[in-house]
Amino acid sequence: MDWSWLPTFLPLLPHGIFVTLQLLVLTMVFGLLLAIPLGLVQVTGPKWLASIARGYCTLMRGTPLLIQLYLLYYGLGSVFSSYPELRQSIFWPILREGYYYAVLAFVLNEAGYAGEIMRGAFLSVPKGELEAARAYGMSPFQVLRRVWLPRAFRNALPAIGGETILTLKATPLAALVTVVDIFSVADRVRQETYIIYEPLIMVMIVYLILTFIITRIFGHIERQIPVRR
Amino acid sequence: MIPEVLTFGRTGFADELLRGALVTLYIAAAAFILGLVLGQIGAMAKLYGGPMSRMVAGFYTTVIRGIPELVLILFLFFAGTRGISAVGQAVGYGPIEVNGTLAAILVLGFVQGAYSTEVLRGAILAVPNGQIEAARAFGMSRFQTFYRIIFPAMLPNAIPGLANLWLSVIKDTSLIMVTGAGGELFQATKNAAGFTKRYFLFYLVSGIIYLVLTLASNYLLVRLERYVRRSQSRLA
Repeated sequence: MDWSWLPTFLPLLPHGIFVTLQLLVLTMVFGLLLAIPLGLVQVTGPKWLASIARGYCTLMRGTPLLIQLYLLYYGLGSVFSSYPELRQSIFWPILREGYYYAVLAFVLNEAGYAGEIMRGAFLSVPKGELEAARAYGMSPFQVLRRVWLPRAFRNALPAIGGETILTLKATPLAALVTVVDIFSVADRVRQETYIIYEPLIMVMIVYLILTFIITRIFGHIERQIPVRR
Repeated sequence: MIPEVLTFGRTGFADELLRGALVTLYIAAAAFILGLVLGQIGAMAKLYGGPMSRMVAGFYTTVIRGIPELVLILFLFFAGTRGISAVGQAVGYGPIEVNGTLAAILVLGFVQGAYSTEVLRGAILAVPNGQIEAARAFGMSRFQTFYRIIFPAMLPNAIPGLANLWLSVIKDTSLIMVTGAGGELFQATKNAAGFTKRYFLFYLVSGIIYLVLTLASNYLLVRLERYVRRSQSRLA
């Protein structure tokens, strides 16, 4: 085992962890925001809207995330770069950056998985509670905001915790499109010192610790919710 | 109407993509089966093993399931090929060149095994204890109890979880790309896209092929689940 690289490259790690966590939070927040309408229209929406949402979820869950990411980064990126007007515009620095493609791909993918979870969660809220809310004279939007959504979200919480772990484990894909996350630190060490195993072991330990922390956080949140048994 | 790069033959990449899809299916199936074997061993170790085997199995599932597949695949690929090569050297066979496809199968199978362990453990636990006790009372040996009673009774519980694992192993084969080995669909797509510079087209087509694979699997798995549940009552 050769750990002589550690003092030189360890300072890269905090930034890597920050970028990975940033990717994770953005993906979960925006993925869930998209998942709410995706789940809702599958439960109450008109048929055509429901089938669009179902098709979207199938599409995202049926293809590898890597394909989605490459389709956006290399596919869309190569289409963008064929327009000279776009290359000269002020948006080009954003359109060139792998980070934004990674966030977009992760969010769209996560919305597909979380959409399924939210569909199940909306269905799991007892009908009587929704009827009671309506009987109080709440408008459909008020029912959603005050009763349906909060109840569904609580039911979905364990599954969302699992999704968060899965998303964390998907984030190293971003390193393939030039994002400097935790995983890219190992790549950097390999390129500069030709040491392969030790940096990968370090990265694996960091991911294990993050997984452990996230599991604990969700366990803590779940315990906050009063359950009547 | 079909672009020339998507035709069969020397100018098109359709045959390369199809071969890639077949390799993907082959790697996925072999890795899935290896995962099932490891999963069965792991589940047995966790449920009926002594403290030592239980600890090893627990370590295996916790560590593998807590680390990103991409990192694991890269690590196991390098560590595995070097390890096998070192063993070859030690027994005087000389350095062994491990075939990329085989390495992909071993690595993915090892990762799948951790997930299969949890699915199978849960499925075995869901078999009512009374049935197992009844089998014992009839004088069946442990092995007979397993293959006559526990195995058929746990199948309906295990199929949904295993179906998810099958779908995820098809998608995970794409990660083999980071090792530069394998020759599966993603690698074929990447080569074709890089060669023709038609990135959007090729990743789109390849995405459609993956979708066809997963949708077809899904259709078959739903029917399989219905088949293994045929003895269960509707309301169970």
